[in-house]
Amino acid sequence: MSTTAMAARHETAAEHHHELGFIRTYIFSTDHKMIAKQFLLASLFFLLVGGILAAGVRWQLGFPGRPIPLIGGLFSDTTAPGGIVLPEFYNAMVTMHATFMIFFAIMPLLVGVWGNYLIPLQIGAPDMAFPRLNMFSFWVSVPAGIIMLAGFFVEGGHAGAGWTAYAPLSTNPEYSGVRMGQVLWLVSLIILGFSSLTGAVNYITTVLNMRAPGMTWFRMPLPVWALFITSWLVLLAIPILTGGLIMLLFDQTIGTGFFAPATDGEPLLWQHVFWYFGHPEVYILILPAMGLVSEVISNRSRKPIFGYHSMVLAIIAIAFLGWIVWGHHMFQSGMNPLLGTTFMITTIIIAVPSSIKVFNWLGTLWRGDLHFDTPMLHAIAFVSMFIIGGLSGMFMASAPVDIFLHDTYYIVAHIHYVLFGGSLFGIFAGITYWFPKMFGRMFSPRLGKVHFWLTFVSYNLVFFPMHNLGLKGHMRRIYDPNQYEFLQPLQPLNTFITISAFVLIAGQLIFAFAFFWSMYKGKEAPQNPWKANTLEWTAAPTPPPHDNFPGGTPVVYRGPYEYSSPESTDDFLPQDVPPDRVLRPEIPREPSPLPTGD
Amino acid sequence: MTTHTPALQANMMVPDSTFEPGMQVYTMKLGMWVFLLSEVMFFTSLIGSYIILRFAHPDHFAQPGVVLNVPLTAFNTFFLICSSVTMVKAFAAIQHGDQRWLKLWLLATILIGSMFVGIQVVEYNALAHEGFVPGAAEYSAVGREAFKAGLAETAPVVGGPLYGATFYTMTGFHGVHVTIGVICLIFVLIRALRGHYIQLDHRGVELIGLYWHFVDLVWIILFTIVYLI
Repeated sequence: MSTTAMAARHETAAEHHHELGFIRTYIFSTDHKMIAKQFLLASLFFLLVGGILAAGVRWQLGFPGRPIPLIGGLFSDTTAPGGIVLPEFYNAMVTMHATFMIFFAIMPLLVGVWGNYLIPLQIGAPDMAFPRLNMFSFWVSVPAGIIMLAGFFVEGGHAGAGWTAYAPLSTNPEYSGVRMGQVLWLVSLIILGFSSLTGAVNYITTVLNMRAPGMTWFRMPLPVWALFITSWLVLLAIPILTGGLIMLLFDQTIGTGFFAPATDGEPLLWQHVFWYFGHPEVYILILPAMGLVSEVISNRSRKPIFGYHSMVLAIIAIAFLGWIVWGHHMFQSGMNPLLGTTFMITTIIIAVPSSIKVFNWLGTLWRGDLHFDTPMLHAIAFVSMFIIGGLSGMFMASAPVDIFLHDTYYIVAHIHYVLFGGSLFGIFAGITYWFPKMFGRMFSPRLGKVHFWLTFVSYNLVFFPMHNLGLKGHMRRIYDPNQYEFLQPLQPLNTFITISAFVLIAGQLIFAFAFFWSMYKGKEAPQNPWKANTLEWTAAPTPPPHDNFPGGTPVVYRGPYEYSSPESTDDFLPQDVPPDRVLRPEIPREPSPLPTGD
Repeated sequence: MTTHTPALQANMMVPDSTFEPGMQVYTMKLGMWVFLLSEVMFFTSLIGSYIILRFAHPDHFAQPGVVLNVPLTAFNTFFLICSSVTMVKAFAAIQHGDQRWLKLWLLATILIGSMFVGIQVVEYNALAHEGFVPGAAEYSAVGREAFKAGLAETAPVVGGPLYGATFYTMTGFHGVHVTIGVICLIFVLIRALRGHYIQLDHRGVELIGLYWHFVDLVWIILFTIVYLI
């Protein structure tokens, strides 16, 4: 072991040698596994908040102008008097649904939870490179969340300019009627940026410097690869957003006018700054899920992942291309059409690495020994929903088609097919797969499957018809579509979507119940329930203690996906079993019919 | 070994497990480099926006030296570059185990850094007095010479609101970075006074040195594009 790595390991080990009290163990913990659990609970809470806001949005669209049943009387006169949603409140709900889901639910669920939990365990490190910075990264996100929630209770209501906060609507309170809400929105996201940034520095440094002996680049499990590349995107994209948010905050508060046309500022500049961050952000929200799903599919098919190297290279290619496609969000912004064509071409090129990944997953499943456990069901759902989302993406990527589809429900359908059908199913696959590692008990298989089927069916009933709405011209973010005569025939479809959405949300309550029930009452998990090869299952106890590997740092001898290897009598070959300890099958040596040269 | 060699083996089962991963750089230094990359992106967003706004509205920006006090800031820039030299000197001292000069050079860096921020505050103050504020739509810069000559009321309007907005945002955030650097340097100096750094392990000095040089570099770019061009 090199002296630097030794020193780093010694530092982290020294911190935990004494018994830690309740506060240091559960609240201000520097243990990456506890921080991952903190992120998990916090972001599941925000997932619930985002879901409730979605229910509010859907109620207004499904039953426009009708009072919200049961809880309608609880709303104030400035939001929904008597339960009838006001347009301003509708805008705030749409904006905050997206903001909470993207920044406070999906992003921490993928990067915060799995980056923290899996990176050290899968590369054989005792903890993160900077454990205290890691603790800071979680605790700085808490005030950000509180500030974001506080926006609902200030005068003028919460930010209503959409999660993209397009200027000039977001620059000037006179246009939107929202001042404090928009300022809180900006401040919260600036603070949250510190959380993402410190996390990214930690993940990148950990992967670069703290891998176990023998853990070469191409022996790293795919979740680690995906999280590593994602961390680079976070590291380089978030500061761009922070810069933009700061300028917008100055526009709001001290009247600078970077993005305000009244002072010759450039509203289009905001779109460029935002999407220069925003498109890498889209891949931040999907790449880690791809990594998790690769792990689950390979394990539950009992086959090596098909095309490991091409999987890694595809992740890198997607991450790189993600920087040069942002203009496809702006085909309709009045950008130079020649520039639009360039962005169209780069965007369509992204289909190549994405398809490589899809075919590799199918290649892994092909003739595999498939085990349809809950994680596997979610992983297969991920792949199929990602295909639908990817195909609808192709339509929007072509500028001429996008002129028609732009700003309709088709876009809403697409984003939910990749972000819910993609990322969230990936997250469910991850949670159910690593639940035994995290909590020492199996995730209830029966409740897990009930949750899966309910979610999968109602999810498609909610979002697939939205393609139809969009093609028929239904605008997104519209308060009352019935004000247009040509949209009135779509009302039954909207009502159907809303009812399905309520089923979908109710299905998530089953997940919440199953989560806590399994945590306390689930079947006790064996050491390696999935017969997996990676270090967190083979070298660390379940659940792992401080410093992860009580037996010392594991040594890695092979890649992570040696399932059904002819080298071994078992159908899996852990990464840390030395070659001379592998149980080898007795293969009779048959005399070769041909004389050999050697 | 069996005679059976699966195709996988050549690909994934590299026989060598003695491979020692890592970048041959200690973790904190690596982390600092990674962090500085994100800082590059942060200043890119501010500088990039400035470039776009300036090309779109050249009439908002005064000629060099008309509003901004170039000689004063050139002097300040020279100062900051000197502080990079003193920082290098501090690092070189501890590399030779020289505790005395480590402390003295660190102190010199802190003093020069504070002076830089002080001069920037004086500059901001003077500019605000002359009417050059990040302000709102009705603001127009009047120019330093006109102000000195007492012609502020009658002088022609120079520049527009985007000038002040970009100027204060960029130089202000750089000033914040220098201030944070000075605070960290004071922290390092206190540790140096307690004898925390030795010839064999002086990582803290190297880390703050990396950050300090980065902040210097950003200022040289900002001085060029904001004051000189």
